[in-house]
Amino acid sequence: MATPRERTKFAIQSRVLHWLMAVMILTMLFIGVGMVASLDHYHALVAIHRPLGILILILAAIRLVNRRLTTLPPFPPTMAPWERSAASASERLLYALMIALPLVGWAMLSAGHYPIVMAGSLHLPPILPASPTLYTILRHTHTILAFVLFATVLAHAAGVLFHTLVVRDRLLNRMALWPIRPQTRHVSDAAAFEDSK
Amino acid sequence: MVDTFEEVNGAHPGFRRNHAKGVCVRGYFEGNGQGSSLSRAVVFRLGKVPVIGRFALAGSEPYAGDAAATVRSMALLFRLPNGEEWRTGMNNIPVFPFRTAQEFRGQLLASAPDPTTGTPDPAKMEAFSKQYPESARAFGLIRNRSASPGFEEDTFNSLNAFRFVNADGVASYVRWSMVPTQRSEPTTTVALAPTGSNYLFDALIASIHRRPLQWHLMVTIAQPGDATDDATVPWPPDRRQVDVGTLTIDQIESEDVSPARDINFDPLVLPDGMAASDDPLLSARSAAYSQSFTRREGETKSPSAISSAETGR
Repeated sequence: MATPRERTKFAIQSRVLHWLMAVMILTMLFIGVGMVASLDHYHALVAIHRPLGILILILAAIRLVNRRLTTLPPFPPTMAPWERSAASASERLLYALMIALPLVGWAMLSAGHYPIVMAGSLHLPPILPASPTLYTILRHTHTILAFVLFATVLAHAAGVLFHTLVVRDRLLNRMALWPIRPQTRHVSDAAAFEDSK
Repeated sequence: MVDTFEEVNGAHPGFRRNHAKGVCVRGYFEGNGQGSSLSRAVVFRLGKVPVIGRFALAGSEPYAGDAAATVRSMALLFRLPNGEEWRTGMNNIPVFPFRTAQEFRGQLLASAPDPTTGTPDPAKMEAFSKQYPESARAFGLIRNRSASPGFEEDTFNSLNAFRFVNADGVASYVRWSMVPTQRSEPTTTVALAPTGSNYLFDALIASIHRRPLQWHLMVTIAQPGDATDDATVPWPPDRRQVDVGTLTIDQIESEDVSPARDINFDPLVLPDGMAASDDPLLSARSAAYSQSFTRREGETKSPSAISSAETGR
């Protein structure tokens, strides 16, 4: 898979997985918040929440393998060493949460004596015995981890946006699905200004 | 919704927020195959599936004395051979008194005892009836229901409508009822006169120890125009009914020892072939049961009013 030249972007399958999961995880976080607040839409939201969570778990596992098999583009020189370690740590945390949250949800339903219905007659086996104590602990863990995930996603997005919009080092380009117009601040900005006249 | 229960009735840690006083049972359901024309759910095929359940009295007070007028419920969990489950909670009333959770909540608040008088404020109750005439009509039907002496002789109704889909993909809207085969036995009723605070449960325990109790599961099929989104409205009595099988209850045990204490009888745990209708109450019941379950599972359990000593008698 490795290209002769050094990579400037993540591999195409990595980029597709990233954005697919970004949409799914954000959807999931909002469904989760809406679910616990709603009476009328509770059932419809739960019915999406369960299979979507399992799908995220499967994709996260695929992504973890893919990350081991592909070479990553290097960090741009505009990133300070502390920024690089923060970015790597937040990525590791994101991977951990993408895997932990669905597993905790699955375990929580198992401990709560619920059937783990995916769709129609398709369902998953319990991964824990029924236990009120375990159910309570896992139910609260699920909420806490969801908030940690939301915070981590926001921090991750804020870091990339800061670099892309303020430092203007085209950091987002490494993950972009299609080429973003080069951000040249001096010559071509002036040229663009000339063109638009 | 669950906050309102706790606010009006007080919190009783470890117990269900409604239908708090109950006893657990076991038995089986034998499908006669007739239900397969309506739903492809495995439970309706010819054959026997194990059932675990719970009989209870409506209300949040786990140690309330039994009273004939209190609504009685039967909750069941059918364990299907392919690993699916069907859970249902039914009541011995002909219709549900509220169309939506908002109405239910409104009535709980309107009927809450006034702190100064200790009784509900009649003005609030009247305002509620004016605002929700369908609820007042349903309460009329519930008050005038034909009374049976106890749990054993009760017909338990799904109240909400559900959507059944058969193997050909044909859908029908249905409600169901558990209709008892046993009829009231005058001698027992006299022997267990309403004296003890658990007399209804004691009669049930004595009956099950004598012989298994049975109910027929009757499925009523809606005609176009019948209300599927409003549990306060009864369907016309001439609607076609199909007897789809027999429920046999042959064991009874206290909540203190039964796994049924830690089961949420969520009416939307349904097998393939059965689904929610457009009734808004179903999702609200599912949400409120889930909240009640999460709260009580984290609380220290107190002994049930119906002890193991009592169920063993």
